[in-house]
Amino acid sequence: MPYVPHTEEETKQMLKTVGVTSMDELFADIPPELRPKSFDLPKGLSEMEVMARMERLAARNKVDVVSFLGAGFYDHHIPAAVDALISRGEFYTAYTPYQPEASQGTLQAIFEFQTAICRLLDMDCTNASVYDGGSAIFEAMMMGVRASKKRRKLVISEALSPIYRIMLSSYTSNLNLELVTVPHKQGQTDIKGLMDAVDTDTAAVVVQNPNFFGQVNDFTKLCDHARSVKATSVVSVYPLMQSVLKTPGEMGADVAVAEAQSLGQPLSFGGPYLGIMACTKKMVRQLPGRIVGRTVDSQDRTGYVLTLQAREQHIRRQKATSNICSNQALCALRTLVHMSLLGPGGLEQTAARCMELAHFAAKRLTAIPGVEMYSEGPFCNEFALKLPVSAYDVVDALTERGYVPGFPLGRYYDGLENCLLVACTEKHTREDIGIMAEMLGGLLK
Amino acid sequence: MRTLFEKSTPCRKGMCNNLTTSKAADYLPAEMMRGSRVRLPELGELDVVRHFTRLSKRNFGVDGNFYPLGSCTMKYNPKFTENVAALPGFTRLHPLAAQLKGAGHFTQGALEVMYDMESLLCEITGMAGYTLHPMAGAHGELTGAMIIAAYHKSKGNKKTKIICPDSAHGTNPASAALAGFDVVTIESKDGIVDPEALRAALDDEVAGVMLTCPNTLGLFESHLPEIVKMIHDVDALLYYDGANMNAIMGKMRVGDAGFDVVHWNLHKTLGTPHGGGGPGSGPVGVCEKLVPFLPISRVKKLEDGRYVLDYDHPQSIGYMAPFYGNFGVMLKAYAYVLRLGGEGLTRASENAVLSANYMRKRLEDVLEIPYNRICMHEFVASAVGEKLNGVRALDIAKALLDKGHHAPTIYFPLIVKECMMMEPTETECKDTLDGFLDDLIEIVKRAETDPDSIKAAPVTLPVTRLDETKAARDMVLTDDCGCE
Repeated sequence: MPYVPHTEEETKQMLKTVGVTSMDELFADIPPELRPKSFDLPKGLSEMEVMARMERLAARNKVDVVSFLGAGFYDHHIPAAVDALISRGEFYTAYTPYQPEASQGTLQAIFEFQTAICRLLDMDCTNASVYDGGSAIFEAMMMGVRASKKRRKLVISEALSPIYRIMLSSYTSNLNLELVTVPHKQGQTDIKGLMDAVDTDTAAVVVQNPNFFGQVNDFTKLCDHARSVKATSVVSVYPLMQSVLKTPGEMGADVAVAEAQSLGQPLSFGGPYLGIMACTKKMVRQLPGRIVGRTVDSQDRTGYVLTLQAREQHIRRQKATSNICSNQALCALRTLVHMSLLGPGGLEQTAARCMELAHFAAKRLTAIPGVEMYSEGPFCNEFALKLPVSAYDVVDALTERGYVPGFPLGRYYDGLENCLLVACTEKHTREDIGIMAEMLGGLLK
Repeated sequence: MRTLFEKSTPCRKGMCNNLTTSKAADYLPAEMMRGSRVRLPELGELDVVRHFTRLSKRNFGVDGNFYPLGSCTMKYNPKFTENVAALPGFTRLHPLAAQLKGAGHFTQGALEVMYDMESLLCEITGMAGYTLHPMAGAHGELTGAMIIAAYHKSKGNKKTKIICPDSAHGTNPASAALAGFDVVTIESKDGIVDPEALRAALDDEVAGVMLTCPNTLGLFESHLPEIVKMIHDVDALLYYDGANMNAIMGKMRVGDAGFDVVHWNLHKTLGTPHGGGGPGSGPVGVCEKLVPFLPISRVKKLEDGRYVLDYDHPQSIGYMAPFYGNFGVMLKAYAYVLRLGGEGLTRASENAVLSANYMRKRLEDVLEIPYNRICMHEFVASAVGEKLNGVRALDIAKALLDKGHHAPTIYFPLIVKECMMMEPTETECKDTLDGFLDDLIEIVKRAETDPDSIKAAPVTLPVTRLDETKAARDMVLTDDCGCE
C-alpha cells in the first residue's frame, strides 16, 4: 500500500506488542451497526496513472487565452524563486509553529511578513493572514463590533467588491447585525453618502481602494468622520498598488484589509489566496488569528514566538475573538518572498507598467465609436467601459476567438448589463490590447 | 539571524525588469499617491534565496523530522501531488472564467475535479452532498453550524444552543458562537461523552451537538448509537468534527452512523501539506435533508456530460468563500484519494491505529496513560508522578526536540493533567517509532537522575527556551516596534 511502510513481519510484531491478534480487534469499539453500509471507491492507481489523469483534466481547462479578467484577482508574473523557496519541505511540511525553538524559520518569516505588510499599509500591527480578502473584511467588521461594544450597524459601499458583499451577507446572517449598503455613483464610491450613513450607531464602515470599478479615492475625510463618531473605519486595498497609492495608514484608517493574491499567488481557480488584516496599535487585542512577536531566549538571543494567544480559540473557546485556527501561512510566505524579490522599486515599476497599459487600453478602446468610459475619476490598472451592446454578448463573442475582453458588470450590478470591467497587468502587451480593440471594433460595427 | 530588513541596502536592485520608464505619478493626482517609498527590503535575488534557505533550516517539518503532533495528523505529503497542483492548466485558471457566458467550457477540467471529489467524499463518509468551499477545518465548522442554523430556521424552530463536550477542539465552541449560538459545555466521563450529562443538557432549545469521534483522547465514543438517538429525538442535529477522520476510513461512515453534518481537514487526513499553518481545506458534507442549505455555487453535471456552476438553491446559506474554496489544496487531496483508492484509505486508518496503539503499549510502564485501553489513531500520556522529579510535559517536549523529533501536542485536551497527545500516523515506519520511543524512554529515565538537564532543553537548536511572557508584554510585532 502506498505510504504505509510496515512489513508483514513488523505488523505482526506490533500487533503482538499491542496484545491483539488482528487489525480488526483494534476497531472492536465500533459496534457492528455503525460499520459502513458501503465503501464503493475506485481501486488505487499508480503515481504515473494519477499524474496522467490529472494532466488530462488540466488540459481540459483552456488557459492559452489573452484575458483581461481581473475584478480583484490578477494574473501577475511570479518570479521562479518564489516557487523554489516555498517548495522547501522544511517550510511546507511544517505545522503551525507550536514549538517555537523548532520553528524559528516559519516564525521569523511571519515576523518579517508582518513588518512588510505594516510598512506597505502604514499600519502598526498585522497577523499571519486569514483565509482571503472577503473573510478579512468580515473579521475587520467584527473587530469594529467588539470595539464598539453594543453597536450593530455596519455601513458598506456598493463599490466594495460584490464578491465580498455577498460573502458578508452570508457571514452576518445569524449575528443580529444590520448591513447598510450605500449605492455607488456611476462607479464612484459615494463618500458623502457614506459619511451621512455613518453615525453613532455605526460599528464599522468599509470601503475599497481602488474600488471594484477601478476608481481611486482618498478616504481621509471618511476615516476622520468615522473616528469622530467612534466607528471603526476599514479600508480594503489592492496590495500591489499600495506601493504607489496613498495608504490606509495615511488616510487614518483603523483597519486595513486586502486580498494579497496579487503578491505572489497564482490564480489557481480561486485559491489558495490570503487575506491581510492590519490595524492600529489600539486595536491589536481585537485582531484575530496568529500573531508573532519578537523576544529573547534564556541566553538573551533574539527569537520569535506566537504571542497574544489569550485571544484565540484554543484558550478562549466560545469567547475567542474569532474561530480562525489554520490560516494561509504558506501563501503569506509566498507574499513575503515575492515582495523581497521585487523590492520597492520592482513593485513600483510593476504598478506603473500595469497603469501604463491600462491607460493605453482605455484610450484605444474608447476610440471605438459607441464605447466610452463608465466612470470619470482616476484609475490604476482597471476601468469600466460602457458599450452600446450587452457586455455578456461581447465577452461571449470574443472569448470564442481566444480573447476574454473583461468582466461583464451586469453579473453583479442591475442596470450595468452593457458595462465591461477591463484589467491589465504587466503580462499584457500593447499588441494584445490592439488585437482585442480591433476585435471589439469589428464586432460593434 | 538578521532579518531581511537588516540585510537591506538602499538602492540595491532587486528584480527590476525594466518594464517601463513610466511612473505611477503620470497617471494619478499627487494627493492620491503615498507620501514616501515603502521600506521593503532591497536585496539581490541570490541574497533573498539565501535568506529563506537559511530560515528553512531553522524549521522542523515532516520531510525532516518525525512529527507526532496529536490531532494534527502530520502524515507524509506525497511529492507528486505538488506537481499536480502546479500544472499550468490549473494554476493559470481565473476563477471568474467559470462564471462567464461562453467561457464555461474553459473550466471543464477544474469543475470535473470538484464534482468527482465531492462524489468521493460522499462515498467515504456516507453523506448525501458536499461543499468544498470552506478554506480550513474551523471554516468548515462555521459552515456546518450555519447550515444547522438555516435548517432550524426553515422549520420555524427556535433553537439557540449548541452542545460541545469538554474534550472538543476549541474551534468547535468558537465556530458555534460565530454562527450565533450559545455554547453549552458538558463534562466527559471515563474519557468519553457521558450519556447522562448529555441527556440532562438536551432540551428543545438545542440545535445541535458537535462531536469529535474518536475524541481528542483518541477514544471512540462507544455510546454513539444511544447518543445519536437522544439527539435526534429532540430534533437536534449531530455534527462530526473530522479532525480525527484518519482513524476511521473504511471502518465507519459518519453518515451511516447517524451524523448529519461533517467537515474534513484535507490537510490532515488526505495528506495535503500544512504549510506552517495553512492553507488548509475543510469540505463539509451533509445528510439528505440538509443538502438544500449547502453554500452556493454548487457543481452540477448535465445530462450531456458537461459541468456547470449551479446557483439556484434558494435555501442556501449563501457564500462562504469568494469562489470555490482552496482549489489548489483540493487538487492534492483528490490526487491522493485516486492514488490510494478505497483499500489504501482503509489501510491508512488501520495502520494509523496500529502505530498509535504500539506506541501506547510501549509507553505504558514509562508514563502515566490515563485511559490505557485500545485507542484509535492517537492517545494521551500524562507527565505526572514523583519519579519525574518535577519534569513537566513541556520539558519532555523540549528534550524531544533536542533528539530531532517534533514534540507531541502538549496541554491539550485540557481535561488531562500535563497532557501529551501523540499521533504517529500510518506513514512512519517501525524504526522511526522505535527511535522516538527509545529517546522518550531515555528522557523519562533521565528525569529520575538528572531532571535539570531536561528542564534546560533544548540546547541543540538555534535558540533555547524563549521568553513568551516578554513577547506578550513588550509586543514587538514588527521590525519597527519596540523603539518607544
